Amino acid sequence: MSKDKSEYLINRKDNQYEVVIGLEVHAQVTSESKLFSTSSTKFGAEPNTQVSLVDAALPGMLPVINEYCVKQAIKTGIGLKAKINKRSVFDRKNYFYADLPQGYQISQFKDPIVGEGKVILDMPDGQKEVGIERLHLEQDAGKSIHDLDPKNTLVDLNRSGVALMEIVSKPDLRSPDEVNAYVKKLRSIMRYLGTCDGNMQEGSLRADVNVSVRKKGTKEFGTRCEIKNVNSIKFMQMAIEYEANRQVDLLEEGQSIDQETRLFDTKKNETRSMRSKEDAHDYRYFPDPDLLPLEISDDFIEKLKLEIPELPDEKKKRFIEKFKVSPYEATILVSDNETSNYFENVIKKSDVKLATNWIIGELFAALNEKNLEITESPISAGNLSKLINLIKDGTISGKIAKTVFEHMMEGDKDPKKIVEEKGLKQESDPKALEALIDKVIDDNREKATEYKSGKVKLFGFFVGQVMKVSGGKANPQLVNEILKKKL
Amino acid sequence: MSHITKQSLSELIKNIKDKKLSSTEVTKAFVERSEKSKELNAYVTEDFSAAIDKAKRFDQKPNLDLKLPGIPMAVKDLFCTKNIKTTAGSKILNNFIPTYESTVTQNIWNEGAILLGKLNCDEFAMGSSNETSFFGNVQNPIDKDLVPGGSSGGSSSAVAAQLTPITIGTDTGGSIRQPASFTGIVGLKPTYGSCSRYGIVAFASSLDQAGPMAQNVKDCALLHEVISSYDEKDSTSIDFKRNNYSKELTNNIKGKKIGIPKEYRVDGMPKEIEDLWKKGIDYVKDCGAEIIDISLPHTNYALPTYYIVAPAEASSNLARYDGVKYGFRADGENLIDMYEKTRSEGFGAEVQRRIMIGTYVLSSGYYDAYYLKAQKVRKLIKNDFDEAYKKVDAILTPSTPSSAFKIGEKTNDPVSMYLNDIFTVPVNLAGLPGISIPAGHDAKGYPLGLQIIGKAFDEQNLLNIAYAMEEKINFKNKITDWWIK
Repeated sequence: MSKDKSEYLINRKDNQYEVVIGLEVHAQVTSESKLFSTSSTKFGAEPNTQVSLVDAALPGMLPVINEYCVKQAIKTGIGLKAKINKRSVFDRKNYFYADLPQGYQISQFKDPIVGEGKVILDMPDGQKEVGIERLHLEQDAGKSIHDLDPKNTLVDLNRSGVALMEIVSKPDLRSPDEVNAYVKKLRSIMRYLGTCDGNMQEGSLRADVNVSVRKKGTKEFGTRCEIKNVNSIKFMQMAIEYEANRQVDLLEEGQSIDQETRLFDTKKNETRSMRSKEDAHDYRYFPDPDLLPLEISDDFIEKLKLEIPELPDEKKKRFIEKFKVSPYEATILVSDNETSNYFENVIKKSDVKLATNWIIGELFAALNEKNLEITESPISAGNLSKLINLIKDGTISGKIAKTVFEHMMEGDKDPKKIVEEKGLKQESDPKALEALIDKVIDDNREKATEYKSGKVKLFGFFVGQVMKVSGGKANPQLVNEILKKKL
Repeated sequence: MSHITKQSLSELIKNIKDKKLSSTEVTKAFVERSEKSKELNAYVTEDFSAAIDKAKRFDQKPNLDLKLPGIPMAVKDLFCTKNIKTTAGSKILNNFIPTYESTVTQNIWNEGAILLGKLNCDEFAMGSSNETSFFGNVQNPIDKDLVPGGSSGGSSSAVAAQLTPITIGTDTGGSIRQPASFTGIVGLKPTYGSCSRYGIVAFASSLDQAGPMAQNVKDCALLHEVISSYDEKDSTSIDFKRNNYSKELTNNIKGKKIGIPKEYRVDGMPKEIEDLWKKGIDYVKDCGAEIIDISLPHTNYALPTYYIVAPAEASSNLARYDGVKYGFRADGENLIDMYEKTRSEGFGAEVQRRIMIGTYVLSSGYYDAYYLKAQKVRKLIKNDFDEAYKKVDAILTPSTPSSAFKIGEKTNDPVSMYLNDIFTVPVNLAGLPGISIPAGHDAKGYPLGLQIIGKAFDEQNLLNIAYAMEEKINFKNKITDWWIK
């Protein structure tokens, strides 16, 4: 039906619906101290141990901007190919909540620090550009804990005042898969830059997801619903799937969609209304009179540009051009800085093609199984490089290499030593192989006769037998050649 | 030697330096007079015995190089003082003891001064008569049942009644200058950004400024020299070259150009205020300065602008008093109920009124019409002054449209109360320095003040003009000690 097979559509009787998604990602700025105070931002500390007088909003306390956080936001803006605004303003977003000590959140409303930019997604059917509307700096709130005490809500202010970047996309996303690719790409860029660790378990990356649907082919946007504070990519995808279908069902029944804020219940896999547009908070934004507008010079931006490392898109291009890897492989290899560094270290002294296959194949599978990051890999880049060279120079077969690899995963051992200790070296001496093959033919006379009389399929049986007798060490190419002659 | 409490700050310092007086003697004298003056209700918190202990310690090892060597003083209860209750005149902070010190008070203690106690003020500095304080009215020592002005009413009363040789107040729309005028003392509101706001309970952040209050201009200059400092902890603090204001003080203002703004001749202004202003002009001329008529065309809009900007900021600044973390908390069924009860019971009527106004003008749909427009008018008011300062060095106006009024006289008429600030408010909106000096008496014998408005960061020039005029005016405050039995 659809001209491009990856198009995500919701089908109902005679209608097809397109899903329109925009994301507001909240990314915690990597910084030792908070946005407007000197308290530590370390994760996992005892409750209320990282709270300054400013964070707790004591009378007469004043915010002072953390220059490092400003630099981090600008760097992220550069990474998103975005316009850096030389003048930005901090506003107060006023609302009452127990974990918001000031009674307002300091954020940026009208004049954000970063303006329009873009992110390129690598989708299976090609690249897709997603527009960035803006990026602004804001404070995080504290944490309300409702389930520790039967009667009271407890409040932990350790997070209160931690710097967040809110990155708002344009409504350019069209499917859960694109959302997956977008969040991963955003995270990858920020990790390359060192501006956000992207750790979703620790809440360093969360998103509000705006979803609307419209009949395929229409230009106008439908009424959107905002799903608040979703903290994993999987949940984002599930929430979109549910929400889009809910909206389509309403439209099919001839009903309209109410603009509202919804919550995603991860246990029931459904979104629920939190508050309608009429009940929406009036945040009474106004410029924070405790802070001057943030003015940034060209010089300041230029200096930061010098600190920007090679980012995933450029690196991918380089990998394809220089190392001749496929776009698909390049995308995987550059997905994070650690992987690409590992890859570049392996290929310093070994074959690129083999290295690519081993890293993307065996290594990723093994790490995945053990739930390890590439930085925690038991096999160092140097030793993987050695293993690849052992295959390349014919010392071991690809099959044996897998056995050696398994041993290496147990601890970072030199593959050469494993081959020697376990006697896994490939048998490539024609004479020794001939003797072996003669014995196999001798032991299977009947089958040899059948083969000669035309049952060619039995060739595979003989190869298998030779490999088995040799304990897998026989050089398979030579075995093939000799067997053909002998039979 | 006159009685200790009758001495000016400069005299006290000289006598301590000359070893004619000890800090203990001085401190005890002010404590004693303060004890006898409870009827004025100037203090919210007294710290007298600790003050005498500190004075004794000072005397054991006196450092006479300090600018305020062993000088006792009380401060407005809007400044956070470490380990001393700080209430901002509100029930909601009645149990609040800071663990930190405001930069301004720290500067004072660093120069050897000793805290006597915390002075009464309008609740969160919102008021012009000290009648909004949770801790009750303050009496003006000039006459019984007369307001001392506000919001720094405890401060003005305490200086005029000689319970403290000097003090500090805060001024958001006139809260130093108006009470100074009502009590016959000198009060300076410095340029916005001169004195750190760190540790001062906030009312309206873009307008609040701490400043000195004293019996004469020289004392005021010295205290300003101590409290004015650049502070990294306040992002709106400004790093500019500060003078040795007291040392550089001169009465030579020959050739200075003083502007007289025609828009300050408001309808219904009492004749005695008009006369005072004329007398002021004569004094300035006597000093050899030149009088120039000027126009500040947007003056009329200053008061409405102020009563949008200040409540807007206050509504947000006061959101932190929610019963969750510190201060007064009323029990509630749930969080919202607790908020409502805490804030209804914890804040007084005037504070609630301003929170409501502020919340309203920032609300979606009204923001552009009120807050945004007020910000634009504020810019025009500042431009008026910038234009005027191309022609003149300073501006002379009355401090207030009337002398002090009776307690209760204006309580039920907020607008008439707000009109008190008509001459002082434009100065805050423009971020300029302004000083009120006592310049005469009305028919009832109540003091009247004149205001001199300076260019930004030009406190030295402002103080010089005030100093020269003070000499010519030769004002004597009429205090009868009526409250001492």
